[in-house]
Amino acid sequence: MNATRRYFRIRLSAAEIVLVAALALAIIVMSRLSPQFLTVNNFFEVTRFVTEIGLISLGMSVVILTGGIDLSVGSIVGLSAIVLGASFHAGVNVWLAALLGVLAGALCGFVNGLIITRANIPPLIVTLATLAIYRGLALGISQARNYRDYPDVFYKLGQGYVGPVPVQFIVFVVFMLVFVLLLGRTVFGRAVYALGNNETATRFSGIHVDRLKLIIYTLSGFLSGVAGIVLVSRLSTAKPDLGLGYELDAITAVVLGGTAIAGGSGGIWGTLLGLFIVGIVRNGLSLAFIKADVQLVFIGLVLIAAVVFNQVTRRPARR
Amino acid sequence: MYVDRGRQYSIAGFLAALLVVLALAAGNFFSLGNFSDILVNISFVTIAAVGMMAVILTGQIDISIGVTLSICSTVAAIASKAGVPIPLVALISVGTGALLGLVNGLLVTRFKVHSIIVTLGTMSVFRGLLIYFTKGAWIYSLPQDFRSVGLGTFLGIQNPIWAMIIVLLVAAWLFSSTAWGRSLYAVGSNPEAARLSGIRVPFVQASVFVVLGALVGLATMFYATRFSTIQSNTGQGFEFVVITAVVVGGVNIFGGSGTVLGVALGALLVGITGTALTFLGISAYWEQAIQGLFILLAVAFDSVRLRRRRYVLQKVRGGV
Repeated sequence: MNATRRYFRIRLSAAEIVLVAALALAIIVMSRLSPQFLTVNNFFEVTRFVTEIGLISLGMSVVILTGGIDLSVGSIVGLSAIVLGASFHAGVNVWLAALLGVLAGALCGFVNGLIITRANIPPLIVTLATLAIYRGLALGISQARNYRDYPDVFYKLGQGYVGPVPVQFIVFVVFMLVFVLLLGRTVFGRAVYALGNNETATRFSGIHVDRLKLIIYTLSGFLSGVAGIVLVSRLSTAKPDLGLGYELDAITAVVLGGTAIAGGSGGIWGTLLGLFIVGIVRNGLSLAFIKADVQLVFIGLVLIAAVVFNQVTRRPARR
Repeated sequence: MYVDRGRQYSIAGFLAALLVVLALAAGNFFSLGNFSDILVNISFVTIAAVGMMAVILTGQIDISIGVTLSICSTVAAIASKAGVPIPLVALISVGTGALLGLVNGLLVTRFKVHSIIVTLGTMSVFRGLLIYFTKGAWIYSLPQDFRSVGLGTFLGIQNPIWAMIIVLLVAAWLFSSTAWGRSLYAVGSNPEAARLSGIRVPFVQASVFVVLGALVGLATMFYATRFSTIQSNTGQGFEFVVITAVVVGGVNIFGGSGTVLGVALGALLVGITGTALTFLGISAYWEQAIQGLFILLAVAFDSVRLRRRRYVLQKVRGGV
């Protein structure tokens, strides 16, 4: 037991060293590719970019820690954006409309959780189906229209700065700190790790597993809703295809950050490292005028490599 | 051998109800021309659905086939514009699909990563590579003999319908009467028991991805040839239509059970629903939401039925 624990601790730190090295390597390569890369302004540009994926990754981290997955996050971003746009254009105050968007996101997550726990279907399948449903609702409600023309105050959220720091990055940091505390310092956090390690044992130790899952998927939907609002504010428009493919970036960030895809180990700090690697590489490639297609190839390869790496290093521990 | 016929009856019933509603709401739905249009429209979905059925039977899933369809379409279109004869174009398309399937199959079996994560990754890699090589450009003015594959007829029935019927018949025989077909059910029901009874589980698991890829390559010949241009983003969302057809057709998403007849009915239901929306005057933008809802209902139905059957078995055995 003691030996396993020591092994476990060494493995984790080794994985984190690899991550930090990868991050350093990414920064060096990118600064060679483009002179604008290694500047303070560009660093804050990266933080602007990572906020939306980052918010989703926080929820995704918790979901994956419990051994689940949420593929519907990108569609929830789109649906929240459309709820915001449609209700604003129906005459609702813009902040109230934003709140409605966030609530719609939370409701989507709640529905995911409800189906997963009540009908006892794997999260993979449920969220694959709701990925289609939520995107379909966004398309159906908007009839593929865009909603524009919000009041200027609303754009502060996604385009404004406090000093040199983008407003949305502050939002992200606040949420991130809350999640670090939530996972590391609360009963809820311990229950999340317990659930990921052994669901039956968790149930027998008196934790209300179904309620826990319900909360986790609702949180994931809520954060995707917030990301949707930030995205609308940044782009000045709500389109039904917003957030398309975001599940890929979020899952990549989480898995790259060393969280086991089967649940039980990992955490927010790792996700943050994974997030910045994804963000920096995308930003660096864009600055070097390398197009989205190569970025797509890269993110996919990184996801596969990260999962395979985790799987290979984990294998001896299982025996 | 135990075959669950319940789902086939329930889809047939649902189809009948849908047709009655359509007959009452839109009388012109029932022209022979419209019906054969529907069959042509679902032919490529059905062909791919048979391959997806093999994958899901073994308890896996492949969400990268939309990209496989676009890559095969692009490769086939380029080949035929270069003057390659049609049978060879078909062979190239099938081979390309099989190769992409092999990549997925090897990744899944070598590294024991869940197939949804693997195919989520390869989906993005394949799509990126495709856009990189085509530069996102459309392929225009395809040669007439290429287009005649999808538009031509044989004995008064369109080619795609023939291909669909042949694939369904061959699959029905393969899945029910060959060692390979039976091993799909065995691996999906209980991989450990399958291994102990001498089935090479990794081989079976990898082979289904290759079969699916090859069938998507074949489906391409009846999909791409119907258009005069090939867009680089063609085939997006194809995986959902196919998975919906398979799961609605009663193939258990956890693997181990399902029939070819069920999948054919599932594809027909998906096809008729799409056309019905148009006839009932409902915007096509709702279609995706309805597909997702179908998947969810079908899976929930399976889950409940599975639990009930387990309960009955326990009672019979006198267990807890």
